[in-house]
Amino acid sequence: MTTSTAVDPSRGSLPERPHGRNRHSVHGSPLRPYAFLTPTLLVMLVLMVVPIVMVIWYSFQDSAVTIPSTEFVGLEKYRQVLSDGTFWTATANTALFAGISVIAHFIIGIGFATLLNSELLSPLVRAIFRTVFILPWLFTVAVVAVLWRMLLNPNGIVNYLVTTFGITDSGVEWLANSSTALPIIIFINIWCGYPFFMVSLLAGLQGIPKDLYEAARVDGAGIIHQFFHVTIPQLRPIILSMAILDFIWTTQQFALIWMTTGGGPVDSTEMLSTYTYKLAFSTYDFSAASASAVVVLLLSMILAVLYVRQQRARD
Amino acid sequence: MSNGALGRRTVLAGVGAATAAGALTACGGSGGSGGDGKLEFQQWWEPELPDGFLRGLMDEFEDSHEGITVELLSGPYAATKEQLIAGAASRTMPDVMGLDGAWVNSLAEQKALADLDQLMADASYDGSDLAATVEFDGAARMIPVANFPYILFMNRDVLSKAGVDEPPATREEFSAAAQAAVDVDGNAQGWVLPLSLEAPNGVQNDVMSWLWANGQSMLSDGKPALESPEVQSAVDFILELDEQGLIAPGSATLKEQDKVEEFSSGRAAMIVDTIAHVNLLREGSPDLDFEVAAMPRSEDADGEPGVTYGSWGIGVAEASENKDAAWKLVEFLMSEDVNSRIATAANAFPGNSAAVPDSVEEDEVIKAAFDVWQSGTPINEFVGLPVAEQLMRDFAEQLQKTLEGSQVVDQALTAAQETWMAQF
Repeated sequence: MTTSTAVDPSRGSLPERPHGRNRHSVHGSPLRPYAFLTPTLLVMLVLMVVPIVMVIWYSFQDSAVTIPSTEFVGLEKYRQVLSDGTFWTATANTALFAGISVIAHFIIGIGFATLLNSELLSPLVRAIFRTVFILPWLFTVAVVAVLWRMLLNPNGIVNYLVTTFGITDSGVEWLANSSTALPIIIFINIWCGYPFFMVSLLAGLQGIPKDLYEAARVDGAGIIHQFFHVTIPQLRPIILSMAILDFIWTTQQFALIWMTTGGGPVDSTEMLSTYTYKLAFSTYDFSAASASAVVVLLLSMILAVLYVRQQRARD
Repeated sequence: MSNGALGRRTVLAGVGAATAAGALTACGGSGGSGGDGKLEFQQWWEPELPDGFLRGLMDEFEDSHEGITVELLSGPYAATKEQLIAGAASRTMPDVMGLDGAWVNSLAEQKALADLDQLMADASYDGSDLAATVEFDGAARMIPVANFPYILFMNRDVLSKAGVDEPPATREEFSAAAQAAVDVDGNAQGWVLPLSLEAPNGVQNDVMSWLWANGQSMLSDGKPALESPEVQSAVDFILELDEQGLIAPGSATLKEQDKVEEFSSGRAAMIVDTIAHVNLLREGSPDLDFEVAAMPRSEDADGEPGVTYGSWGIGVAEASENKDAAWKLVEFLMSEDVNSRIATAANAFPGNSAAVPDSVEEDEVIKAAFDVWQSGTPINEFVGLPVAEQLMRDFAEQLQKTLEGSQVVDQALTAAQETWMAQF
């Protein structure tokens, strides 16, 4: 079938492309696009730029927020925060917490995603597994914290099981012991965080063309080779994006730690988020809290830049 | 609300956004009410009182004070504190606010609390019936509306089986009673020590109460004196209880509510607790047979017995444009009849010294607690101290280390003294 476009003689010839002054009369002022952007820019200014700039400004002041007239003290608050041993403990704990969590999220996520993508399981079994695997993601952090506090209570079910099966002679103070508190917090964070990785990777797995696997099989590749030479390369953009985002989110984790250990015992689970919170709302040193927040912001920005570069490379 | 206030509130929210998700989500005061006769009253009391009780009182107040309306802003204790601190910074505090004595110093330092002496003078109010006021800079900033003594709670079932029929009067008797309870019931713990860093008020209620019961002090001339023999003796006693296996496990993360649950479930023979929890214990565990008594003292203690207490305090915002009406509300809540009703509803003892709650006549446990309250001197040395909660947290950390065995009591007290002095 062919189509043709007729020109209505009554309307004269085809309209000319506007140029010069005529173009302005058709599309308006060159500032017009910016007018459309103004509401968004204003919202960003109020909700993002102003608070961040003010926090940075506070970090250079003494007794910011708490007294009306504060002094400019330059980098003094940064010196105070960076010379505090607890800050470095919190930094190390945060790095460990986030690093192990992301790796575990990936390993568990890819494992379960592969299982759910497998045709060896019937659709019904896959649906049941999918529901079970995604459950931890459906709980709010507060519920997760309360749930695990109850399970890990010295009189809780976990201690009942470990003593009943003879794993330990007596109950363990899981969250109240300096040597076990951080690993347990990491475990809880892994438990509630892997489903997001799993769902994202499952979507990625379902997008890999089956031809690639068939070609690999023709070339004699086994399941392991197919996984490392087809699946992983195909998922690499998703894995990198998820890992960077998960690392950023995990470094910001506050509620889970605060509601389970409060950063203790002593400072064994102190994170940058709890450290900053205590500076602000326990000692009311908003200047130091701002300095700590700016340090966290800078660290997050490094990760954000990596994420953006990765996204550009992907495009 | 002024643009400046809006800007400052936005900035406070920004601190939270840049630090910890959710940490400051409660930021931003509610904003002053202006001078239109509408009062904002922020507190954590309403959720802890019977349904509709506080609103009913406000309705009474509005009926008797034409032109004044009260909006209740209610939330949990911790959220109330955060909102008040943030509101103080942005000068957007509610007109009238519930206060904890531990917050007064910080809020008053920010010049956020009105001079109540001045308001009383302006209203020609006779303050002789007020049981106490909390001062800063020579002026009253908070009035305790309801007082909650922290005293010894004993599980009668567990202790009777252990052959303990009388409340322990001394530390030695307490230790023996706890040991007997543990010996007779393998599932029972002698005592519970909550030292969570999230809510470190266990230092005040469960640790320092042993010291204050002796009539002793953790301060000297208003400064920390944690290395004194008296403080050392109290901490030594707690360490001995721990070494004998008489303290419930998990102290480092236990909070007050965990302590109450341990007791209500029958696993703890004794706890130090507030009488505010009497109804909670009865409702949660109707079969629990418990009694209350004064905190045990050292055998050689010769000071006036101190009774640790917490308060629902009240204050007025310096930034309020409606201070006259705000004071009227305070005066209403402190009046003999209303104050008595609040105390009865909250299972507390009144801030008006002329008021007597009905519960004292009707309830044996409350009557026993009232006898303890009247026979001792109310004491809480954290009230009015700078960054009081942080002082408790610092002390809790040192005590945690000591209970873990990584340092001795001397080192703990020296370290705590150093960190405390840095705040003074």
